Amino acid sequence: MLGLERKDTLLMFAVAFITLLAPIILNPFPAGSALAQFNAGYPDLMQRFVIFGIFAIGFNILFGLTGYLSFGHAAFLGIGSYSAVWMFKLLSMNVIPAILLSIIMAGLFALVIGFVSLRRSGIYFSILTLAFAQMSYNLAYSVLTPVTNGETGLQLTLSDPRILDGASSGGLPVTSLFGAEMRDTTTLYVGPWTWDFSVGYYFCALLMLIAFYLSVRIFRSPFGMMLRAVKSNQQRMNYTGLNSRPYTLAAFVISGMYAGLAGGLLAAMDPLAGADRMQWTASGEVVLMTILGGAGTLIGPVLGAGFIKYFENIFSKINDGILHQWFAFMPDGLENFMVTVIHPFIGKGWHLTLGIMFMLVVIFLPGGLVEGAQRTGRLFRRRDRNADHVESDAARQRAAAE
Amino acid sequence: MGILEVKGVNKRFGGLQALGDVNLSVRENTVHAIIGPNGAGKSTLLNCLVGKLIPDSGSVMFDGQSVLGRKPHEINQMGISRVFQTPEIFADLSVLENVMIPCFARRDGAFRLHAYETVRKEADIREQAEAMLADVNMLDKRNMIASSLSRGDKRRLEMAMCLVQSPKLLLLDEPTAGMARADTNNTIDLLKEIKAKRDITMCIIEHDMHVVFSLAERITVLAQGTPLVEETPENIKGHPKVREAYLGEAQV
Ligand SMILES: Nc1ncnc2c1ncn2[C@@H]1O[C@H](COP(=O)(O)OP(=O)(O)OP(=O)(O)O)[C@@H](O)[C@H]1O
Ligand SMILES: [Mg+2]
Repeated sequence: MLGLERKDTLLMFAVAFITLLAPIILNPFPAGSALAQFNAGYPDLMQRFVIFGIFAIGFNILFGLTGYLSFGHAAFLGIGSYSAVWMFKLLSMNVIPAILLSIIMAGLFALVIGFVSLRRSGIYFSILTLAFAQMSYNLAYSVLTPVTNGETGLQLTLSDPRILDGASSGGLPVTSLFGAEMRDTTTLYVGPWTWDFSVGYYFCALLMLIAFYLSVRIFRSPFGMMLRAVKSNQQRMNYTGLNSRPYTLAAFVISGMYAGLAGGLLAAMDPLAGADRMQWTASGEVVLMTILGGAGTLIGPVLGAGFIKYFENIFSKINDGILHQWFAFMPDGLENFMVTVIHPFIGKGWHLTLGIMFMLVVIFLPGGLVEGAQRTGRLFRRRDRNADHVESDAARQRAAAE
Repeated sequence: MGILEVKGVNKRFGGLQALGDVNLSVRENTVHAIIGPNGAGKSTLLNCLVGKLIPDSGSVMFDGQSVLGRKPHEINQMGISRVFQTPEIFADLSVLENVMIPCFARRDGAFRLHAYETVRKEADIREQAEAMLADVNMLDKRNMIASSLSRGDKRRLEMAMCLVQSPKLLLLDEPTAGMARADTNNTIDLLKEIKAKRDITMCIIEHDMHVVFSLAERITVLAQGTPLVEETPENIKGHPKVREAYLGEAQV
């Protein structure tokens, strides 16, 4: 179905199911309960899950398949955001033209940056992309202030032309899809639970599903096979009559366009763009997402993106007050001790937790979270098959012990 | 005129003259062996033919066109495939994929953005690759990851990857090194069979004289970067210059 193998079709449906029901799935705890702060089902965070999912899916096409580790992909994210905001300022608040421009501009920049950077491989390639991204960041921050509005960042103003929309009355206009405002949210109250269904989230989710589908197609295509050949043995590839250069460049441009789309969507959800979106930390984040989830796997990058964004937003909000509530049942001394021990790992210290988790994953699960899931799956399957044996063995041992 | 004409090729590595004024003519549809002691420059000569090295001087013509200055993939697309001395395969890919990739290269050229097609639906390419794997007796291993193959199997896989492209000129750098006797004989039979089936020129570097005398129609002896003799197999045995090249060091 959909031109995919059965296994991939199932995966596609599973991802679609989870994405479309995310507002329910991510809000498992009743609102107002003590655990409600672990709920992730609010539009702002869910949007970030899928947008960074797109970013990581695209990054994985380059890094996961060809092995070329770009340390500058945030540049394309930023370019996507700036392009979209300009479209909102000049043309219309409709998100479609904005996103199209984001993808095209990011693609063009990726073509140029990729053309130069791909003359080298390995660490030199990484350094070149990093240099380009830092250059873009600095240009956006200072030199190109007329285009990027420098430190303040690019924002909407009342005096923007917005040719297609005509004059707006009152406050700043909001982004929309042919009239449907991105921020529109319907809240459903079911018993103690509240579920938010927002237009913005579903728009991003739909684009992520398309992006995911296209990446599955690329993975299963002859082109995808060539990209894996690049990673495996570029020398053999060249002596087999294949020019590896345009293959890597195409992968670079495609992943740049994914990043552009993600940047455009960030701006479509919140129409402002700042230079910090291009900073090297943002480039590093997508590398972490991809490796954490499982580079070269289909679903890994999305998992990684979700994981990191969840930590960033949920763990960073836990403060000492909340910890004291959790450990209130303990004697005072022990309570204070526990809070002191856990304190460095929460709130602003969430990076520490993430760093430790990242190390554990890289050391024990080189294939990322996907490998973890596969191993657990295998473990259970084996246990099912051996269940009878194991139980009878156990029974025999007990009998022997008695 | 041979299909491959090497004229006055020189190559230096620092102070070492790896190739000194090499002339070589390989006639179409023959098997031409290049033999010589270790370090004679045999692999270096092949490197100059496939674009891995550019000679300091001289010319290399293939099929009436110069190969010098062309990129490796362009030279392959002209019809030259090479089996390397240490197997060069796609180690992380399956055996079948390893053979499918050269099939794609033949059909689609050096680059094609076939990103929305599906490998599974390429029945022609798959059949072609499987037929080739059957020819080298590796069909049962088609789903194995290439890195897990034995050394001999890796060589046979690489040979399959080259043969499936139906090259005009096949360059083989010690194709049977590290193979068991039975596999060596299979390889000889395979190459003979291919030779009988279609037009192909082969240039083979080999230390194993059994292989050389089973296959070669012409033999060039290379020593210290210079061709000493070019002869038929009958005339090369016992040729004084050949003995000198192989035994020279021992006598000194
Ligand atoms: N890239 C290189 N840089 C420097 N020296 C090289 C290079 N390639 C080969 N040589 C030297 O050139 C000489 C010829 O090497 P070559 O590999 O061509 O020998 P060969 O005839 O293939 O030997 P063998 O039978 O051991 O494979 C050797 O002395 C080798 O060390
Ligand atoms: Mg050699």
